[in-house]
Amino acid sequence: MTSAIEVADLVVHRGARPVLHGLSCTIPEGSVTGLLGPSGSGKTTLMRAIVGVQVVRSGTVTVLGRPAGDAKLRSQIGYLTQAPSVYADLTVRENARYFAALYGLGQSEADAAVRDVGLEQAGSQLVGNLSGGQRSRASLACAIVSKPKVLVLDEPTVGQDPVLRDELWAQFRGLAENGSTLVVSSHVMDEANRCDRLLLIREGSLIADDTPAAVKASAGTDDLDQAFLTLIRRQGVPAPRAAGETSEVPS
Amino acid sequence: MILLHTTGRILRQLRHDRRTVAMLVAVPTLLLTLLYFMYDGQPGVFDHIALIMLGVFPFIIMFLITSIAMLRERTTGTLERLLTTPLRKTDLLFGYGLAFGVAAAVQAGFASALAYLVLDLDTQGAAGYVVMIAVANAVLGMALGLLASAFAKTEFQAVQFMPVLAVPQLLLCGLFVPRDLMAGWLQAISDVLPLTYAVEALQEVGAHAEPTGTMWRDFAIVAGAVVVALVAAAGTLRRRTP
Repeated sequence: MTSAIEVADLVVHRGARPVLHGLSCTIPEGSVTGLLGPSGSGKTTLMRAIVGVQVVRSGTVTVLGRPAGDAKLRSQIGYLTQAPSVYADLTVRENARYFAALYGLGQSEADAAVRDVGLEQAGSQLVGNLSGGQRSRASLACAIVSKPKVLVLDEPTVGQDPVLRDELWAQFRGLAENGSTLVVSSHVMDEANRCDRLLLIREGSLIADDTPAAVKASAGTDDLDQAFLTLIRRQGVPAPRAAGETSEVPS
Repeated sequence: MILLHTTGRILRQLRHDRRTVAMLVAVPTLLLTLLYFMYDGQPGVFDHIALIMLGVFPFIIMFLITSIAMLRERTTGTLERLLTTPLRKTDLLFGYGLAFGVAAAVQAGFASALAYLVLDLDTQGAAGYVVMIAVANAVLGMALGLLASAFAKTEFQAVQFMPVLAVPQLLLCGLFVPRDLMAGWLQAISDVLPLTYAVEALQEVGAHAEPTGTMWRDFAIVAGAVVVALVAAAGTLRRRTP
């Protein structure tokens, strides 16, 4: 299988604080990769580096054979930020149509994306009047509207109803089957089981990079939450490079 | 195409905000009416001040609106998202320019109609040139607002750039003290402020039946200042951030 994303020795500092310490990983094309780790572990920073909006100190990120952030990648990558980044003073449909237009797509594609995230009924409502979960789905619609080759989703299912979450994961699976590569961060371990591969990050370093089954097998447990804990303990706490910081244990 | 879609998107945002649209149209007309009654019985003075105000209102209002709008793009993450798409920085900046230019034309149209038709504003030159210069001023305010928003982290800071960047231009443009009566160093400062030329252009329309060379030169200077401010603003849009 060819790789869509290659990260090599990535070092990122945000302010004076080191966030990623020489992280390396390879993400295969047409897969759904789950990015898991506690809040503050560097998930968002890694995603920003893949999208090409993060200033990096050293190391390389290659996306579809080009350096991350390359102008030619902009039409092939979709990014959902953790906080919904849509216009509150536009309707859901107007938001989707605007982002569709940026990729040279028309209204039918935009309306399809609104349907795909289950917001058809709320399509003509202003985003500012929606609930938090609906707002983040409106933002998701704008990320998937172009059916990008690489889709980076930062916590897309937070606060969503379980039925809807199931439907969204089916959408992600469908996109991957059509050849898109998805990187999805999550706090929810049961979502991790739906991924092809898992990257477990803690304090800026990878502690696992494997299939969910292999992660569970190597930790000797069937429960991913437990597996994560076991892997962390095996690494030896506290993490040596983050001395002085409060260490978080995943929930 | 992306430029026009961006213009459309900004105008659509404005349209959903009915109160802002109402205020854009109503505030300058109300203030002009206030001026009219203040200078009741002194038509020469009213003509002088109202003409300049027709150019100054759009400058100040568009400065404020744009600096807040752009700050919102930064703080809500839409700017970062836009910069990951095929949109070019110029699409965004000129999208704002076009959208607020249209809004300014509507605003200046209403204000001028009231001033000429109801308040008996009298200028030698045609009202069309007044509207043209008012729109140029609005776009200048917009461009400076875009630039100023880069240096603000919060709305509180953004609105305070208005007195910093707009008020000195207003004080030194020749409205309060004629420029040739100012101290030399004040005149020198006034010479490099774009609003000075906008006001001079308006005064040319007030005093001459036909557009003068000075008016066109001043108009070109204002347009040049817009381009400089937009280029500087483009420099503040960073695709990669720490």
